[in-house]
Amino acid sequence: MESASKGYVTGVNGNMVNVRFASQVIKNEVGYIHVGDTRLKSEIIRITDGVASMQVYEMTGGIAVGDEVEFTGEMLSVELGPGLLTQVFDGLQNPLPGLAEKCGFFLERGVYLPPLPDRDWEFTPAKEAGDTVIAGDILGSVPEGLFTHQIFVPFTLQGEWKVRSIREKGSYNVHATIAVIEDGNGSQMDLSMAITQPVKVAIKGYDERLRPDEPMVTKVRIIDTFLPVAKGGTYCIPGPFGAGKTVLQHLTSRNAEVDVVIIAACGERAGEVVEVLKEFPELTDPKTGRSLMERTIIICNTSSMPVAAREASVYTAVTMAEYYRNMGLDVLLLADSTSRWAQAMREMSGRLEEIPGDEAFPAYLESRIAEFYERAGKVRLRDGRVGSVTIGGTVSPAGGNFEEPVTQATLKVVGAFHGLSRERSDARKYPAIDPLDSWSKYEGIIGKEKVDDAYSYLRRGNEVGQMMKVVGEEGTSLEDYILYQKGEFMDAVYLQQNSFDPVDDAVLPERQRLAFSILYDVLTSRFSLEDKKDARAFFNELRQRFLDWNGTATDDERYQGRLDDLRSFADQRRVK
Amino acid sequence: MQKVYTKIESIVGNVITVRAEGVRNNDLAEITTSRGKGYANVIKLDGDKVSLQVFQGAMGVSTGDSVRFLGVPMRVSFSDNLLGRIFDGSGHPRDNGPELSENMVEIGGPSVNPARRIMPKKMIRTGIPMIDVFNTLVESQKLPIFSVSGEPYNELLARIAMQAEVDIIVLGGMGLKYDDYLFFRDTLEKSGAISRTIMFVHTASDPTVECTLVPDLSLAVAERFALQGKKVLVLLTDMTNFCDALKETAITMEQVPSNRGYPGDLYSSLASRYEKAVSFEGAGSVTILAVTTMPGDDVTHPVPDNTGYITEGQYYLRYGHIEPFGSLSRLKQNVNKDTRDDHRSLMDGMIKLYSAYKDSLEKRSMGFMMSDWDEKLLAYGEAFESRMMDLKVNIPLEEALDEGWRILAECFEPTETGLRSDLIERYWPKES
Repeated sequence: MESASKGYVTGVNGNMVNVRFASQVIKNEVGYIHVGDTRLKSEIIRITDGVASMQVYEMTGGIAVGDEVEFTGEMLSVELGPGLLTQVFDGLQNPLPGLAEKCGFFLERGVYLPPLPDRDWEFTPAKEAGDTVIAGDILGSVPEGLFTHQIFVPFTLQGEWKVRSIREKGSYNVHATIAVIEDGNGSQMDLSMAITQPVKVAIKGYDERLRPDEPMVTKVRIIDTFLPVAKGGTYCIPGPFGAGKTVLQHLTSRNAEVDVVIIAACGERAGEVVEVLKEFPELTDPKTGRSLMERTIIICNTSSMPVAAREASVYTAVTMAEYYRNMGLDVLLLADSTSRWAQAMREMSGRLEEIPGDEAFPAYLESRIAEFYERAGKVRLRDGRVGSVTIGGTVSPAGGNFEEPVTQATLKVVGAFHGLSRERSDARKYPAIDPLDSWSKYEGIIGKEKVDDAYSYLRRGNEVGQMMKVVGEEGTSLEDYILYQKGEFMDAVYLQQNSFDPVDDAVLPERQRLAFSILYDVLTSRFSLEDKKDARAFFNELRQRFLDWNGTATDDERYQGRLDDLRSFADQRRVK
Repeated sequence: MQKVYTKIESIVGNVITVRAEGVRNNDLAEITTSRGKGYANVIKLDGDKVSLQVFQGAMGVSTGDSVRFLGVPMRVSFSDNLLGRIFDGSGHPRDNGPELSENMVEIGGPSVNPARRIMPKKMIRTGIPMIDVFNTLVESQKLPIFSVSGEPYNELLARIAMQAEVDIIVLGGMGLKYDDYLFFRDTLEKSGAISRTIMFVHTASDPTVECTLVPDLSLAVAERFALQGKKVLVLLTDMTNFCDALKETAITMEQVPSNRGYPGDLYSSLASRYEKAVSFEGAGSVTILAVTTMPGDDVTHPVPDNTGYITEGQYYLRYGHIEPFGSLSRLKQNVNKDTRDDHRSLMDGMIKLYSAYKDSLEKRSMGFMMSDWDEKLLAYGEAFESRMMDLKVNIPLEEALDEGWRILAECFEPTETGLRSDLIERYWPKES
């Protein structure tokens, strides 16, 4: 590395610092501002007339004009390697439990700890001396919890290199040299199990991107059946405060059928992260029988932590997701909330005195959001395996109004939209996803034709319901009234779930298919019902039976009885 | 560092600019004007141009006035001597007590490490049934009281200050009417609660900048007491005035406004204050109750809207009482399972019946016939409003639960309440 260049602070405005530099600097390069004994991490975001504007990832109190800045020559990066899983990091990949041990209750600024635990791993080489490697090739592997963790040739490497030497199978420290490679000019490079990767540069190293065509099961009926998300796809959850965005994300992080879950708590309440921190180690993953924490990484930059680090945190998270994807794993990244990330961009844009766009968000808001979601995807790796990154982001629109820039920019680039509604959450309907406003472009676990058909009943039922508010029950025909009851029935037994019920809380695809077939039969059947009172009574009873069955586990002895009872009750009145 | 600068280059709003060297961001400066001495803090540095916001306001500041940088950020004295005292928004005594300068601590300190937070699990008793029974306040919780001008929110806060079972109350007043300040002072003095209270009060006639300092002063002091093992309740009123003061400063500094003139960092500014609510493992806790008046009773206004995204629920204070609908303590389920075994069921049952009462009320107002059941509900609703919701009702949780059973027994047959039979057997008042 060339000797690091230096600079001096010339101005401070909020979390932005202007720095005059002597030699050369790189845009997005990281620098450290020396304030007394502490070094504050910052990133160059603009260079004008020999002055670098840097966003500081810490509080800027105490910085003076003339303070020295040391540039690192490297872009903001994360360290990738075995030991990331189960950890809790801040937006800059500082391990929070480690910080707590060192500094106590408070997040002291300027303390940066190594992200990867300093320990040995059992390494098995996959290459031999003399082999040719390029960026993203697999050097070997180590076992990490549930997975075989691949050790990669750094993704930032240029050109072809030759392996000069590689350590044999054995136990080595994460930072020990395990291989030496050499390029055509004879310059050598030592490689360890840990590699660094700039967070704003997407990890490649795969053969091709595939169309996301396989559903990612969340065990939430309304999502899997009606508003599906594909592995490698993207979706967003906008909703006003208190509509249950975070609860939905929590349950998804727990129940989703993927290999690795990365939770990016971005600018939200610290208390919610604490719930995950205390709950997850206690919960077991039904698929593996191990603690849920073993498949989880938490990136946590809560609302009171420095804003610039909040901006970095979503990139930190997605970089880790791409890294595990390249091991052939299905990774789910949950970002809560992308609005706070956008607000962080807005704050910085304001300090840079850029010309503002809508609601003072910067003009590049849309392209940044698009760039971020485009880092999701399903890929075929060089060895033929398939991996995916699925991104689900919550959006917190101001005033609960979806016509605001962040929601609109997000809707343009995602594959599914799960809009939460205040009416549904006030009515204590869980999940509060609005079934009529939301949409998905992916294929779910049930054929599209039937799903659309079922939807049409919901839509028409809803129309009748709206009309009934005006003309009253008396002015509605029996036929319409039955349609209305069918819509309500579908909402109650299928679209809503009882999150307190251990059975109904997470529903496997097989059971969803069965439940849907019963629902579909009811929706498409004609029933002999005398009048509205009769219709109401019939659907009420049918609903009760369906809900009872929903809450019965398949291995419960009453399961079959309840299922038969439900079916025969519907059959009694069915017109053949 | 004690050099005096006497050339103020610009004065815009409450912000002045001087040319000085070696000044640190956020440092405090003393400014001597014809009106006396005051303080200012550094909010922007650009080369040797230093921008400061003057706490007492820049009115009457002369370009020849002297500025002396103190080399330290804004601080507040912290000791037990604070108890019973009243200060203004820059930390000076508002009562006739002595100036405090021992053990100065920084305000607006760093955030608590999420990894060191613990799950909140202790309730704070307030003696107000609508809080204790229906939306329990939990230690380390942050809750706003959404209200509108004219509602008795300050009376409510004063009641809570007197009755809440905590060790220390820190009351932060922002943009208070002078009468309201006197009301708080006199009420707390009369009840004796003043001895465990510290007040930082900015009144409507005080300089705007001091308004923005009140939450930081209050929370810095609260945090210190909590670290010493004290259970602290911070009462703030009114956060909308605080946000408006931030807006004023931002506009003066020519920041691009985001929504209705408020600065783009409104969310972060509010969050960094509210997130000071915390339970320290092995020590005390900070709980925040903050009045937020909603301009035009509009919850989508930027201030209540941003607040709602930060806090753990909200109380709506309307028509003189805490609304049973809309009000929500998100943490109540952490504590209300351990109070009394009928707490949760009674809470749900009574609210369901009250909701049915509202339907009957609507029916009646539309001129429909009232059935027997409607009549029962109407009687129940009135009893509920006068014996539970009325802000004058002041009883501990257990008595409030018993009262709830009494109200139910006076209005309904046991089976009509929808409550579990084992609870009814135990708690339904026996004929006397």
